[in-house]
Amino acid sequence: MNTMNPTIAKEADHQEIEAGTPVREQPEETIIEEGKTVGEPFADNAKFKLRDVNVSYGDTRAIKNISLDVAKNEVIAFIGPSGCGKSTFLRCLNRMNDSIEICKVTGSLQLDDQDIYDRRRDVVELRARVGMVFQKPNPFPKSIYDNVAYGPRIHGLANRKSDLDDIVENSLRKAGLWSEVKDRLDATATGMSGGQQQRLCIARAIAVSPEVILMDEPCSALDPIATARVEELMAEMSESYTIVIVTHSMQQAARVSNRTAYFHLGHLVEVNETNKVFTSPEHELTESYITGRFG
Amino acid sequence: MPDKKDDVYGDHISHKFNDELMALKSEFLEMGGLVESQVDRAITALVDNDGHLADEVRATDKKVDQMEIDLDEEATLIIARRQPTARDLRLVISVIKMVADLERVGDEAKKIAKFAIKLSEEGQAPRGYVEVRHIGNHVLSMLHDALDAFARLDSEQALRIMKEDKRVDEEYQAATRTLLTFMMEDTRNISRCMSVMWILRALERVGDHACNIAENVIFMVKGEDVRHTPVEEAEKVVGR
Repeated sequence: MNTMNPTIAKEADHQEIEAGTPVREQPEETIIEEGKTVGEPFADNAKFKLRDVNVSYGDTRAIKNISLDVAKNEVIAFIGPSGCGKSTFLRCLNRMNDSIEICKVTGSLQLDDQDIYDRRRDVVELRARVGMVFQKPNPFPKSIYDNVAYGPRIHGLANRKSDLDDIVENSLRKAGLWSEVKDRLDATATGMSGGQQQRLCIARAIAVSPEVILMDEPCSALDPIATARVEELMAEMSESYTIVIVTHSMQQAARVSNRTAYFHLGHLVEVNETNKVFTSPEHELTESYITGRFG
Repeated sequence: MPDKKDDVYGDHISHKFNDELMALKSEFLEMGGLVESQVDRAITALVDNDGHLADEVRATDKKVDQMEIDLDEEATLIIARRQPTARDLRLVISVIKMVADLERVGDEAKKIAKFAIKLSEEGQAPRGYVEVRHIGNHVLSMLHDALDAFARLDSEQALRIMKEDKRVDEEYQAATRTLLTFMMEDTRNISRCMSVMWILRALERVGDHACNIAENVIFMVKGEDVRHTPVEEAEKVVGR
């Protein structure tokens, strides 16, 4: 038995391997089986039931046979390298892709068991139920008050001025912005800081009482403090809303979401509890991506 | 058969991150090598009545302690600066825990060295050294194999070590019975036999620490915590 210093040989091995290790390119498509997602993509209390979803832009397939449930009042994060289809998939959920002519969506996409892509469906009503917050804060060039009141006005949610005032106040409170802006509701929204503008956009989305809020990289243009505020807000909002967030920040996904879905080249590779994904993911590709081996 | 190739920590986009993880791993193995030799030399000092060697072992323990501090700091910095996930996270967390085990093994070696000095000063005929050598070799090979399983990410070998721990416990109990017989034969043996019992106890603890390291290796490789679970459960985890 050799008990003396077993270290030397091992260290030598390490150095050899270290020197000869190439940085891995994004893995080939061949290791993914189309339509096969590991983990737990389905949920009992589904808000969205999405089955065999395919999206293509002209001849290019952007989403390949994805099936997923989004549960009621959960925060689910979509992560994956650029061009993996996570934003495209998110935009299917309130038909934001409709405006792109060459975009074709097939499969079954249901919100509360009703077809999202039904010809008779009122898209404006759908988008009131499924609100969206974008990467870059995009307030209207109007006053803070009018930004929040815009949705309730066009949807006829308030009959009296006092009702509208209530909606505006409640929405701004929920977005954690009320104390900062209550004395300057008539000020123009574009004069606010980036973080405030983004929270205003969230207040605007909340104002029409949506059931779901889609967030497409909502914090990528914000500083860490503003990001923390928005994340805090998401935690509070998850009590009343279902939140789907696309994020490039894996730490953000780890912090805010209940479940994490990993997309790769148009495939949905893995969906699992966020705790599991970040400690022991099931799929090799998920592991490689979240540990920073490609991306 | 190793579960995965040894380069699983070495292919990040960030070369510096690779270097940090590799350094953590190889420094842990270096500490493991040192601790292993501490136990081996402590046993030799005892059996050979070598007080000088025992002194060396006691002095070297400071180096073991310093390595613990250094490795903990490195691991803390990796967490703070890199926010490791998945297998990288499991490596860092496991190293933090296993370093504590190694440090405790170092303490046990120091304890044995202390008794070696005491017994050599008393200078009587040795009793129970056969048992010490036997159990010592057993736990040393467990420790060696546990470090080896860590280096090669070999969860099957780690499982074998977990199973081995039960045999050490049996050997320890048998040796205790033998020493009791010596004590009953002649009460003048009691003091010496008690010292040897403490040494055996220390060695048995070394086996436990080797077993803890093995459990951590399984966690690193398989992502499942097998501490405080029956060996059969661990077997299922490793078989997956």
